[in-house]
Amino acid sequence: MNQTYAVVAVAAVVLATVLIGALGLRISRTTSDFYVASRTVRPGLNAAAISGEYLSAASFLGVAGLVLVQGPAMLWYPVGYTAGYLVLLVLVAAPLRRSGAYTLSDFAEARLESPQARRLASLFVVGIGWLYLLPQLQGAGLTLEILTGAPDWVGGLLVALVVTGTVAAGGMRSITFVQAFQYWLKLTALLVPVLFLLAAWYGDGAPRARFDAPAVLRGHTVVKVADTVRIGLDAPLTLTVTGSVDSVPYERRTVTLAAGTHHVLGGTTLAFPPGARLPERVASGTDPLGWSQPLSGGRDGHQLYATYGLILATFLGTMGLPHVAVRFYTSPHGRAARRTTLVVLGLVGAFYLLPPLYGFLGRIYAPELALTGSADAAVLVLPDRILGGLPGDLLGALLAGGAFAAFLSTASGLTMSVAGVLTQDVLPSRGVRHFRLGTLLATAVPLAVGVVASKVPVADAVGLAFAVSASSFCPLLVLGIWWRRLTPPGAMAGLLLGGGSALAAVMATRAGLAPEGWPHTLMAWPAVWSVPLGFLTMVLVSLATPGRVPPGTPALLARLHLPEEISRPRQTTRTVPEVHR
Amino acid sequence: MSEHHPSPAFGRGDPQRRPRRETVTYASAHGAGAVPGPARRRPVHPPARSEIDEQTTLGHTYVRSLMRSQLRAALTALGALALLVGSLPLLLALPAPEAFVWIALGVGVYPVVWGIAHWYVRRAERNERDFTGLVER
Repeated sequence: MNQTYAVVAVAAVVLATVLIGALGLRISRTTSDFYVASRTVRPGLNAAAISGEYLSAASFLGVAGLVLVQGPAMLWYPVGYTAGYLVLLVLVAAPLRRSGAYTLSDFAEARLESPQARRLASLFVVGIGWLYLLPQLQGAGLTLEILTGAPDWVGGLLVALVVTGTVAAGGMRSITFVQAFQYWLKLTALLVPVLFLLAAWYGDGAPRARFDAPAVLRGHTVVKVADTVRIGLDAPLTLTVTGSVDSVPYERRTVTLAAGTHHVLGGTTLAFPPGARLPERVASGTDPLGWSQPLSGGRDGHQLYATYGLILATFLGTMGLPHVAVRFYTSPHGRAARRTTLVVLGLVGAFYLLPPLYGFLGRIYAPELALTGSADAAVLVLPDRILGGLPGDLLGALLAGGAFAAFLSTASGLTMSVAGVLTQDVLPSRGVRHFRLGTLLATAVPLAVGVVASKVPVADAVGLAFAVSASSFCPLLVLGIWWRRLTPPGAMAGLLLGGGSALAAVMATRAGLAPEGWPHTLMAWPAVWSVPLGFLTMVLVSLATPGRVPPGTPALLARLHLPEEISRPRQTTRTVPEVHR
Repeated sequence: MSEHHPSPAFGRGDPQRRPRRETVTYASAHGAGAVPGPARRRPVHPPARSEIDEQTTLGHTYVRSLMRSQLRAALTALGALALLVGSLPLLLALPAPEAFVWIALGVGVYPVVWGIAHWYVRRAERNERDFTGLVER
């Protein structure tokens, strides 16, 4: 693959982001502009910005990679990411906007009138934000590594630098423009190449991908296994090995492996003859692949349970993602918040028609990616693999640019919201200068963790953030908006027990502490039990502390649900003092 | 640099607004509302509206009725989502051709989700319009 075009494309996206950000900087005059774009963002622009921010690396690269490895059952990820916005729309959107809350911590404090509840909510906002930022930075590293061969921390550092710079300089107004631009860039970057790829696939005789049997390699294929893996063979296989298989070293030797499981050391090169059946990667205890494995594996009830775990986490988790909640604040009123969400559903749904096609084509033309552990790269390598030559290079460059837009937009949204919470609740004074310090802190921590932590498939890592959010902020928002008897002790107990148990369960699974079988499945997909646990705890503890119902509850609930023309008579626009920087 | 921050404008802002309410008494509002005419004065609110502003028991009943109708719309939408999309894993657990999985999850779900959302937005806005009509009468 010619690297020059891809590097130019990535540089162009980074440059455009910085330039459009600077445009926002010139008109970002007031503190209110800075944080919330003075709430004057039109539904069309705001919806494109929300979609641009929401469609992360997990959507752009991760979905295709998961489909390639594990088949169409993985399509539940994009379905869940979309349906999450529907749940958000019907339960939360308009009241959240009317609450006037900027962050979820603001909502907690306003609804519960309790500074402790605010602090706890802040803790969860920062935690979920960092969990979500981590795979964005890792994905950027992977992309740049594949495109240019740069070490894998370079891409993450590049994204972190650009995002910190843009957000710290221009705030919300500037990233609204940047993200609206990035939505359309991402859509174009997936749409144009896939048309060419499908045409080439059709010209090739429209071969079918098989997901119920090992993929068959189309030509002579050389695979370099990055991390140590266990592979399963259902029939003997003859191949050329350089490296170590089952602790036996080989140097360009032709070996016949018997049917069964084999241990391939990281760094080993396997050369398959044309027509060979690709070995399947076998999940083991701490293998990151193991997390989403039950979703496609045909093991009795596990698959069904895991699917519902994913559905609950994504459907209910979207509303609690820090960067999603912040966005509603920029709508002028509750009705606009609803209409914006409707447009977002259309934009996001249209986008998600595309990544599965890449997964489908990847299974046919690049199935060996499943073995190397870099299935997330499927989207990037397909043009070169299917078309080759100059068209392949150019389309590959377009996809690389789109992928970088995905990292940049989601990372800026997350940084914006995490930095907002850090500035308000952790750092001493509220002001734009401290906000910039918060921005630095917001990106530095996940960047540092990313360098240390092992690689995790991006869509999986994002799924973890969803599970925690669904078990903590979903109960808080839903009960806070619709239930009069919620008390601060109830809310805090629910946040801790629901969100805390989801986090602990997934972390324990990752660390390999979960026993095989049902305990493993239950802990890897906690949402099915942790979401009801969060709700139940909030309700029961609230009912047990009836004296602690905040006195302002009826007035606040009226404000959340009444249309603005009734709740704020003749106060058409909130007066924000103009403060020139 | 201003210390102003837009977010915590919540309940804290309310005390500043409260004194203004005193100018709108039930009697004056009722009197003016009973005789609608072109000369109707601006700060005067219709009775139901002042019940809500004054946070009386009757005012709370009005708010509760709006909340109930909005919650009903939300639960109907969620029910439709559970029935049409949430039942799919069970359906797909049955032996189905792979093409069906691709079409259902890759394409079919999105128009359904958007359709439910569209219905909900129209319904929620109608609930608010009806409510505004009721209290502004």
